[in-house]
Amino acid sequence: MAAVDLPRTTIPGPPDGATDTPRQVRERRGGADLLFRGLARGGGVVVLCVMLLVGGFLLYRAQDALGVAGWSFLTTQEWDPDAGAGRFGIAAVLTGTVLIALVAIVVAVPLATGAALYISEYAPRRIRQTLISLVDLMAAVPSVVYGLWGFFLLQDNVLGLSNWIATYFGWIPIFDVEDSDPRDPLSTMTVYTSSTFVAGLVVGMMITPIVCSIMREVFSQAPAGEREGAFALGATKWGMIRAVVLPFGRGGMIGGTMLGLGRALGETIAIVMIISPVFEIQPRILENGASSVAALIALRYGDSTEAGISALFAAGLALFVMTLIVNFLASMIIARSRSGAASEV
Amino acid sequence: MSPKHAIDEPTDAATGPDPAAPNPTEPAPPNPTEPAALDATEPAPPADPAVPVARLRSDRGRTTTLPVRPEQPDAVEARRITATVRRTDIFAAIGAAVAALSVTTLLYTQLAPFDGVLGFVVIAYLAFLGFYGLLVSLDEDGPAVRDRLVGAVVHSLGFLVLAVLTLVVLYTFAEGWKPLTHLNFFTEDMSITGPLEPLTQGGALHAIVGTLQQIALALLFTVPLAVICAVFLSEIPGRLSRLVRTIAEAMTALPSIVAGLFIYATVILALGYRHSSFATSLAISVMMLPIIIRAADVVIRLVPGNLREAALALGASQWRTVWHVVLPTARSGLTTAVILGTARGIGETSPVLLTAGGATSINLNPFEGWNNSLPLVTYSLTRSPEESFIVRGFGTAATLMMLVLLLFVLARLVGGRGPGQLGRGQLRRRARESARDVTRYARRAGRSASYPAGPPPAPAGADQLRDHVVSTPEKENRDG
Repeated sequence: MAAVDLPRTTIPGPPDGATDTPRQVRERRGGADLLFRGLARGGGVVVLCVMLLVGGFLLYRAQDALGVAGWSFLTTQEWDPDAGAGRFGIAAVLTGTVLIALVAIVVAVPLATGAALYISEYAPRRIRQTLISLVDLMAAVPSVVYGLWGFFLLQDNVLGLSNWIATYFGWIPIFDVEDSDPRDPLSTMTVYTSSTFVAGLVVGMMITPIVCSIMREVFSQAPAGEREGAFALGATKWGMIRAVVLPFGRGGMIGGTMLGLGRALGETIAIVMIISPVFEIQPRILENGASSVAALIALRYGDSTEAGISALFAAGLALFVMTLIVNFLASMIIARSRSGAASEV
Repeated sequence: MSPKHAIDEPTDAATGPDPAAPNPTEPAPPNPTEPAALDATEPAPPADPAVPVARLRSDRGRTTTLPVRPEQPDAVEARRITATVRRTDIFAAIGAAVAALSVTTLLYTQLAPFDGVLGFVVIAYLAFLGFYGLLVSLDEDGPAVRDRLVGAVVHSLGFLVLAVLTLVVLYTFAEGWKPLTHLNFFTEDMSITGPLEPLTQGGALHAIVGTLQQIALALLFTVPLAVICAVFLSEIPGRLSRLVRTIAEAMTALPSIVAGLFIYATVILALGYRHSSFATSLAISVMMLPIIIRAADVVIRLVPGNLREAALALGASQWRTVWHVVLPTARSGLTTAVILGTARGIGETSPVLLTAGGATSINLNPFEGWNNSLPLVTYSLTRSPEESFIVRGFGTAATLMMLVLLLFVLARLVGGRGPGQLGRGQLRRRARESARDVTRYARRAGRSASYPAGPPPAPAGADQLRDHVVSTPEKENRDG
């Protein structure tokens, strides 16, 4: 076989005698630059201080109440801070908050998943941007407007649904309704008003756009190569979605759900407009009477004494800590998933 | 070029027969110089020119023979239909819808004692899904049926969400349009208006004024601070900025009622400052600040790094890079972040509830005296049992919705452009700046002509240079 001339490269060795020393890189900043950096850093520190101040002040003002109540703060159901130790606690309101938020999540997640899939996979390309804007607009609708809608329109229309669920699924404890006999044609529907269920429905509508926009973002970031690979293997659209889009967006789905949960926990005015507050653990979600920490603060801030304010701060602190944990977990999950790092609320 | 390509070793190519066979449709004659290689393989089948043939000749190399396409008759190729929806799909959907409606109507009117709109819709929908699956399964197999059913469910969920949004907005306007038709709604307050007065008296001017005061003050506090903080987060990375980012992201979860409670306890209870628009704006600021910081941070991080590097490579200092490159590039995104944050802040009720007091007359002084705002007025009016107050409450809610819609349209108009895309005014301004630079360079070149080192820069025509500079960003945008 004839020798073939291969191109060759000779790697030069180090020059004799000379040894390279690393160059000293020195940053020299002008006065304006130093000023700018100082200003920016100052802005960051101010923001940090404000944020820490909120948390710190909550803790500081809550101390009195927490000192008086001790651990019974977590287990007491009634709310009468002026009566002294052991007479006020967040067992009932915290449970109520979590129940409302859970109902909201159960309503919002299927809706948001469907809407996000529709926008990112099914909608015609030319109306996609419009749909995204509409969902963003839905997130910007003030909560008092949702409250009005829920109180004056939705509530009257879901009573039948509540009645139906209570009639046929009443054997499940959370769907049970006391003082109502579904076989009695003369029974009034008022027992189903102002319930955890109605409040949860309204809050669910409020958080749907938030969850939806994060899900849509991660769905649309599913890699085109893997999508086309699935189609090339003969997958139907749903097969492609199940094999590529949903596994790829799982982190974003969980994170978006938890962000929505954080918002649902902190929602105030729509809940105040709908529920009639009770101060006992009320797990029957269809029945009149519900409670929430935010609603408690909104209803009781005015008529409270020093001890009462401190107790409200303790309740606010508990709510804040809960939303903080949920939010932290959410942003961690979103950041860890393969996508969605750039998604915003 | 011949349709038959032989990928041979160099030696074969040098000594073998001419690869361009006289008749391209005939199989290539065996290479006479390499009988051993041919023996190693099976006797070659009579090669069909239409079938791809790859013959393994030896361990040392491969020959790939590309197929020869059959002679195309001079037929015009029919355009393939690429639409994904077939006629049978549409027929199946329409048929299923009609069948579901009929069956449900039959059920409701003849067979069962059902009533209620919600139940009718749900039963009709379930029946539709069943009929649709049945009809599709006549033509298709399992996976395709599942695909169609999921497609139907996803479509309906998407429309349901949109329907809820439309319902919320339209319901507010439908209930609240009546007070809006009276001009006094926008020119009078509620100081002398009782629940029995007609809609032609009293209005929501006090709430509109209060809302504008609060949001203006809140923007005054938050916008500079949020932009500076977002610049800090992205331009001066380090341990401190990571900490600030973490805290700011966590604080987006701050319930608005807690923000209100914080200001209520510090400013009003501890400092003894009275309820006022100022206190409210502080509470709204605490709530809006992390939201705007987070959105602005995302936008500034989207500024391409090579723009920054180009500015630094031209010798700009860091703050000049930020001021002349980063912030202008991110301008439309920053504006969107601020406007959407404003829309959130303007609709918050609970901080206002705790800090504004709830006045019924106009208070033009934001720093003193009780005040009110549109969401708070909506809340308090609709809590009242009086029919006329409830109608007024819907009117204020509709006004609030109009404000939010206005902000939203503004955000879309401003934020429609991506980072670095320029509007017409920005392009003109940039052209003016470039022209000024050209004259400056020319002047400096004339001054430095006496220097010995190097020739002066070639004097480019001012117009030409300006055109060049102006056209660059446009070209970039087209490519991007």
